[in-house]
Amino acid sequence: MNAIAIRDLKLALGGCTILEGVSLDIGSRDFVGVFGPNGSGKTTLMRAILGLISPSIGSICVLGRPAKRGNSSIGYMPQGRETATSIRLRGWDFVASVVNGHRLGLPTLNRAARREVDRVLELVGARELADRPLSELSGGERQRLMLAQTLVGHPTILLLDEPLISLDPRHQGEVVGLVKSLQHEIGATILFSAHDLNPLLGAMDRVLYLGSGKAAIGTVDEVITSPVLSRLYGSDIEVVRLRDRIFVLSGNFDIERHAHRHDHGSKDGTTHRIGVRHV
Amino acid sequence: MRNAFAAVTIVAIVAGMVGYFLVLRGQTFAGHALSHVGFTGATGAVLIGLSPLWGLVTMTVAAGIGMGVMGERLVQRDVAIGLVLAFSLGLGLLFLHYFTTYATQATSLLFGNVLAVDAGTIWTLFALSVIAIVALAVISRPLLFVSLQPELADAKGVPPRMYSVMFLAIVALVTAECAQIVGVLLVFALMIGPAAAAQRVTRSVTTGVLLSAGTAAIAAWLGLVLAFYSDWPSSFCIVAIGSAEYLLCCAIAYNRTLAV
Repeated sequence: MNAIAIRDLKLALGGCTILEGVSLDIGSRDFVGVFGPNGSGKTTLMRAILGLISPSIGSICVLGRPAKRGNSSIGYMPQGRETATSIRLRGWDFVASVVNGHRLGLPTLNRAARREVDRVLELVGARELADRPLSELSGGERQRLMLAQTLVGHPTILLLDEPLISLDPRHQGEVVGLVKSLQHEIGATILFSAHDLNPLLGAMDRVLYLGSGKAAIGTVDEVITSPVLSRLYGSDIEVVRLRDRIFVLSGNFDIERHAHRHDHGSKDGTTHRIGVRHV
Repeated sequence: MRNAFAAVTIVAIVAGMVGYFLVLRGQTFAGHALSHVGFTGATGAVLIGLSPLWGLVTMTVAAGIGMGVMGERLVQRDVAIGLVLAFSLGLGLLFLHYFTTYATQATSLLFGNVLAVDAGTIWTLFALSVIAIVALAVISRPLLFVSLQPELADAKGVPPRMYSVMFLAIVALVTAECAQIVGVLLVFALMIGPAAAAQRVTRSVTTGVLLSAGTAAIAAWLGLVLAFYSDWPSSFCIVAIGSAEYLLCCAIAYNRTLAV
């Protein structure tokens, strides 16, 4: 059975169509890299799979059932937010807040719940972060704790929204390696969105590329090609391979630049432009 | 004086506990605005011949729920909150303008008058505190979840908006209580100061909440004692001790980072 089956999907946010006529299957235990320009619907698609956004048309099936909010078989890592940097709670408490988080009552944990916190911290190799306050952790360490939160409750599908954002190349490699090992260790299907496909080249089984409301899924060689990407970007795209790296080049400098600035509000507009090199 | 001690103890403990979550959620300014809305409620109640405490409670709780319903977009928008805050204070002034008999009413509403608390008020404060603490205890686990990871909580079926509304209603209730002790302008002193101080030196939720409540109680007691011996206004003394505690905790936290 496919982990996720999407049929003729149309997603709209506030009257604005994000995706239209998208049909695709994501196999069980696949590691899928999700790419596309900002605003192409990476986050929206994940939120739809979580059941937080209802399809305007079409359907999304998760493990054979229609996507529904509160699906315990999905682990979700939302895009990192700045607010977590000011919280002085220790890592253990941060992860523990997710365990039984839906139940009313005092946030005390029984033995099974405490074991669950230890288990997920162990899985991401974050035992040593358990006693340190969140505000003193590096971006990579915080990502690791968020990944641990994702694993609470033994999910079989992980939706990871931009886990590499604002990490340096070394930490990016660490996070990708960690997720790859989780794919085997817990047998999970993984959707991993990113801006640059190079850090994921060795890890992902398939590529899901979104753009202009459309989607393309397949192996790197099938999807990262000039015809496919030109269709998704709606402009001429050139794909250049340099040793073991791939560069996606676009002549349309200004439009891309503004798209990146607009969506993430990044201060210099350069941090997210690694994947799509502008000439 | 005994009444005053009982009143500040009850209010400080509940304010410290609720304040912990308020600071954690970064909604301190919203809490501040609620107290100002309370001023409108209190003066309005006096104008139509009702008890100011109930006017306070009604208005703050209504405003708290309203803020929660409108969502984070409003709660974290400084200009909107600032305007609500200024307008409510102005409206309160207008009500007082029409009700000039009690000249001291304005001062005691704005800056509190703990020494005027009578036995009946203490029982009311006690009952309101019990309601607030029980309500907070019941929602504390999901509240913590939605405060730390709102998107994840939403995905797991824990609606952040709903808990935001319930929490702000509790905050509003406690704000109204605090206003009885230190007045609407100085609610920050009991609700935010001790909580922020506790968060500087603790790393887990339970110790943080307990320390926050303890710190608030100590500020209130020492403040009253200081007021008794110095004859300064009690609200000033409580605010001064609360601020001193915050600075002390900052110094402790700073020392720790140096030691590491």
